[in-house]
Amino acid sequence: MPGLPDTTEKVSLDTFLRGLWEENPVFVMLLGMCPVLAVSNTAINALAMGLASTFVLVASNTLVSLMRHFIPKQVRIATYIIIIATFVTMVDYAIQAISLDLYNALGAFIQLIVVNCMILGRAEAYASKQPLGATIINGVGIGAGFTLALLSLGVVREILGMGSLFGIPLFGDSFQPWVVMILPPGGFFVLGAWLLVFAWVKQYREQRLDQQEVPQHDS
Amino acid sequence: MSSEGINQAALDPGLTVRMLRTLGLVATLSGLLVVLSYRVTLPIIEENKRLAIERALFKVIPGAATRQDFVVTDQGIQKASEELEGITLYAGYDQDGRLKGVALEAAAAGYQDVIRILYGYDPYCQCIRGIEVLKMTETPGIGDKIAKDPVFLENFVALEARVDVSGQGLEHEIVPVKRGTKTQPWQIDSISGATISSNAVARMLNDSAQQMAPIILKDIAILEAGA
Repeated sequence: MPGLPDTTEKVSLDTFLRGLWEENPVFVMLLGMCPVLAVSNTAINALAMGLASTFVLVASNTLVSLMRHFIPKQVRIATYIIIIATFVTMVDYAIQAISLDLYNALGAFIQLIVVNCMILGRAEAYASKQPLGATIINGVGIGAGFTLALLSLGVVREILGMGSLFGIPLFGDSFQPWVVMILPPGGFFVLGAWLLVFAWVKQYREQRLDQQEVPQHDS
Repeated sequence: MSSEGINQAALDPGLTVRMLRTLGLVATLSGLLVVLSYRVTLPIIEENKRLAIERALFKVIPGAATRQDFVVTDQGIQKASEELEGITLYAGYDQDGRLKGVALEAAAAGYQDVIRILYGYDPYCQCIRGIEVLKMTETPGIGDKIAKDPVFLENFVALEARVDVSGQGLEHEIVPVKRGTKTQPWQIDSISGATISSNAVARMLNDSAQQMAPIILKDIAILEAGA
C-alpha cells in the first residue's frame, strides 16, 4: 500500500522471469480472464492482444513509477486509470492504423484493456513502490507471461478449431474442424486443460524437491 | 475515497492542492498523448478504410476500375460532397468510364448481431452481381459461411432484382429457399445449418433493393455521366 515505506527490491533476472512462470498473470494469478477467454480463438488475435496489453502495462507502469512520490494516495486509483486509459486509446488508434481486419477481430476487447485487473494490479502493487528500472523489467516480464499464456491458448484453439496456425492451413481439406474450440466454450476447455498441465508440473517439481531433500535430512 | 481521506483534505489544504495538481497534470498529459496519437494515425486509418471499401467494391462490381461516390437525397441522386447527407452509393466504372454497376450497403440482424454487407447492383441486367460481408459476428464455422461458402456465393453471380412496371419496387421479392430447391433467378439457395444467417442476407438484399433499385434506374443518367 502506498504510504508504507518503499520496499525497493534489487533488480535481477528474477524480476523479469517471475512474470513468465512464478507469477504468470493468467496461469497462476488468474487475472485478465476476460480477454484470455474471448480473443484467444486464433493465434494472431492472441498475439495482438498480448502485445497490446504488454505495451499498455509497460507504458502505464513507467509513468506510475516516475510519478510515485507525487501521487497523493487518496487519488491514486483515479490517476492510474487516467494513465492506463490514455495508453489504451493510443493502442486503439495504432491497431486501427495497422490493420482494420485485426481491429474488427479484437472488437471491444482493446478498449477493455482499461479494466484489465492485471494492469491496475501491477500499478498498485508494484509500480507505485518500485524504481523505474525494476518496474519496466517486471512489466515486460508480466506482459511476456500474459502474451505467452494467450498464445498457448490461441495456438491450441486455432489448430483444433480451424485446422490452421497463424492463418496457414496445416491439414488437408479432409480435416473436419472441431468448431467448438473457437467458440466461447472452447476457451474454457483449453484454459482448464492448461491450468491442469501447470498444476501437474508444479506438483511434480515439488515432489522431486521433497525427494531430494529427504536424504539430506537423514544424513 | 474513504471518509478518512475527506477529513484529511479538510484539515490539510495542502493536500487538496496536491491532489488537484496531480490529477490536472496527469489529465493534461493524457490529453496531449491522445491528441498526438489521433493526429498521427488519422491519415493512415482513413486510407485503410478507403482501401477496405475499394477492395470490397471492386469485388462486387465485376470489371470496375474506378469509383465515384453518390448520395441519395430527396431531390434524387447527387454527387457526394461534405454537406450532403443520405444513403451513399458507390458507382464503379471500367477503364473507359462506362458504368459497370453500383455498390450499396445493406444490413440486417443476423444470428448474433447485425450483419453488414456491400452488394453490387448492375442496372443493365437489373441483378445483383456480388456480395461482400463488411462486418459480422456470426458463429465461426456455421453462420460465417455466408462470406465464403462457394455454393452460397454462386447465388450472387446474377441474382435477379428486376423493377416492376409501376417502378416502385421489385417484380419478385428476393427470397431464401432450402438448399438445392432454387428454381427461379430471384431465389437464394440457403446454407443448410445456417438458416438464420442466410435469411438475414436475403432479407437485407430484398429490403435494400426494393427501395434502391427503382431510384438507381430512375437516375441512371446521372450515374452514367459521373465518371
